[in-house]
Amino acid sequence: MIELEGLTKHYGDVRAVDHLTFTVRPGIITGFLGPNGAGKSTTMRMMLDLDHPTSGTVRIDGRHYRELHDPLRTVGALLDAKAMHGGRSAYHHLLCLAQSNGIPAGRVREALDTVGLSSVARKRTKGFSLGMGQRLGIAGALLGDPQILMFDEPVNGLDPEGIHWIRNLMKGLAAQGRTVFVSSHLMSEMALTADHLVVIGQGRLLADTSMADFIAENSRSFVRMRSPDHERLREVLRGAGIDFAPGAEGALEVAGEDAAHLGELAARHQLVLHELSPQSASLEEAFMRLTAGSVEYHAHENHRPAAAAPAPAADGQWGAGWRKKGS
Amino acid sequence: MTTPQQPPAPPQNAPQTPPHAAPAGPAPVAPPHPGAQPAAGHPGQAQGYWPGQAPAGGPAGYVSPIPIRRATLLDAVASEWTKIRSVRSTMWTLGIMVLLVLGIGFLAATLVAGQDGDTGNSSPLALGFFGVLLGIICVVTLGVLTISSEYGTGMIRTTLTACPDRGRVLAAKSLVFFLLTFVITLVSTGMIAMVDSTLLNGMTSYSPDADAWLRATVGVSLYVATLGLLGLAVGALLRHSAGAITVMLGVVLLPMVLSLFMMGDALSDVRKALIEYSIPMQLSAFYATEADHMTGPTGWTPLWIMLGVAAVALAGAYASMTKRDA
Ligand SMILES: Nc1ncnc2c1ncn2[C@@H]1O[C@H](COP(=O)(O)OP(=O)(O)O)[C@@H](O)[C@H]1O
Ligand SMILES: [Mg+2]
Repeated sequence: MIELEGLTKHYGDVRAVDHLTFTVRPGIITGFLGPNGAGKSTTMRMMLDLDHPTSGTVRIDGRHYRELHDPLRTVGALLDAKAMHGGRSAYHHLLCLAQSNGIPAGRVREALDTVGLSSVARKRTKGFSLGMGQRLGIAGALLGDPQILMFDEPVNGLDPEGIHWIRNLMKGLAAQGRTVFVSSHLMSEMALTADHLVVIGQGRLLADTSMADFIAENSRSFVRMRSPDHERLREVLRGAGIDFAPGAEGALEVAGEDAAHLGELAARHQLVLHELSPQSASLEEAFMRLTAGSVEYHAHENHRPAAAAPAPAADGQWGAGWRKKGS
Repeated sequence: MTTPQQPPAPPQNAPQTPPHAAPAGPAPVAPPHPGAQPAAGHPGQAQGYWPGQAPAGGPAGYVSPIPIRRATLLDAVASEWTKIRSVRSTMWTLGIMVLLVLGIGFLAATLVAGQDGDTGNSSPLALGFFGVLLGIICVVTLGVLTISSEYGTGMIRTTLTACPDRGRVLAAKSLVFFLLTFVITLVSTGMIAMVDSTLLNGMTSYSPDADAWLRATVGVSLYVATLGLLGLAVGALLRHSAGAITVMLGVVLLPMVLSLFMMGDALSDVRKALIEYSIPMQLSAFYATEADHMTGPTGWTPLWIMLGVAAVALAGAYASMTKRDA
């Protein structure tokens, strides 16, 4: 259990984290979602007492991180894949961590096996790929077999097989009753792993909800209809008692009816349709709408039509981001 | 690694425009979900990764089967010992230091012995001085790197996550570094002292007493290791390897160099103090005999001075580590 209360961090004029209050509960995966620069890493650093909050507190099972006697036995954290000395071997990196918390040295081998790095245990980490560094960081987090696990963007740099592996690992850890807190800037990733969702933008809490509720609220589908005889389409729909809303470029958007039914309705009234297309809003769009206005780094190209929601260069950013991070 | 495909997330398909019903601004913060479905969504996902198992009855918390004992300063020392012996810079800096002390000490002795004149009443142990003087640079470099490399690589965050007590981290690092450099310096200064006094046997009228031996070995080694601690403290304060090494080289060399520019009577006192309290001069005091007529700190005084300076710098380093973000 991690409890944040009014957590705030200013870097000069930048409000990296702004009065965050939420609780991370055991037994589930809590996703910590926000665009780049939203303050996720800063929040996690404050949870681990690496950065000092400007105000507010973090309690880990009721205590401040500093008060933990064997922190690695309580909290395992992967912050930055490269938070290690490149000249030291993977084995020695983990060994010095284990020793500092009085963890039996035998755990080092087990942790290396778990993340699949046994064959490169004696290699210096300088030569590791980002994905291997990420795995070694995860091994460090698992070393103390802790009750709480925190991962900052763990899928970065992992290949598809690695991404699949970390998802299952996190689910397994949560199923054992542990608290799992994982950050990401990708809604699609969270949709696949998280049970609970905490969304932040520009340091502020935007949503704190279960994944199921978030999906139910945000993945609504609708049918877009367009007719040259705009007015008659409206009349027909009204006559059939169907609610609609104006869409882009004279189209109408109808929720709660399937396209076949609407098509038949139009045919019965001999109405010409130029468009009859089922649409479903993605979770990513819901996320972007939520965080629009609080996105730190806008891309310059605008791929969207002017009438679309003011989400920043969405297509390019999201798709590209996913592929870039994973490659 | 190849390009991963977009994972097939069920509820999201090629969107064109957002649904009309969606709120425009940030959504209101939903209340926490009452008793979300823990683990229920992942049947069969709990793989045999880990020794512990969830206690029956769901998310009551996880209890590790590994025995817990409270970590102490000794655990931190063991960890730092693993760290310092598992990077190459330790072997390189200390190895070169040993080579310098032994090589230059031996060379100096053979040169003096080859002259077969009378060396007067100077101490044969003093021939070890030049090697140690150069060796200082290696020790100071290692001292700086012991901590600045952690800041440079980001390792410090891992270290402080494992041990949030800054004081314990700094104490363990200082202890391990000090003992290691002290022992290595003691062995090499001890060896070269014996070699030099053997080579010059009978060529000098001065025969070093026990105190002279002690100062030229234990004294010098304590002094050098303490100077290294000063480097460690500066490394923690500056968090930048090259910067901290440069500062330490300045501390060692600058007073001597500056004194060259202090001409004129008005500055003669300053010049005298700069020379007398410069690190090479203080180091030479450990080799001095009565006949050398040292005017600055003599005997063991340089060690007390250096211990004081290092203690103040380490206190500053502790304050900095506690106050600043990692
Ligand atoms: N050490 C720092 N000094 C100054 N600004 C910082 C520092 N760390 C983070 N920031 C700023 O704080 C904001 C949040 O950053 P970060 O926590 O890294 O976001 P995220 O992890 O969500 O991408 C950004 O605007 C970033 O520029
Ligand atoms: Mg980040």
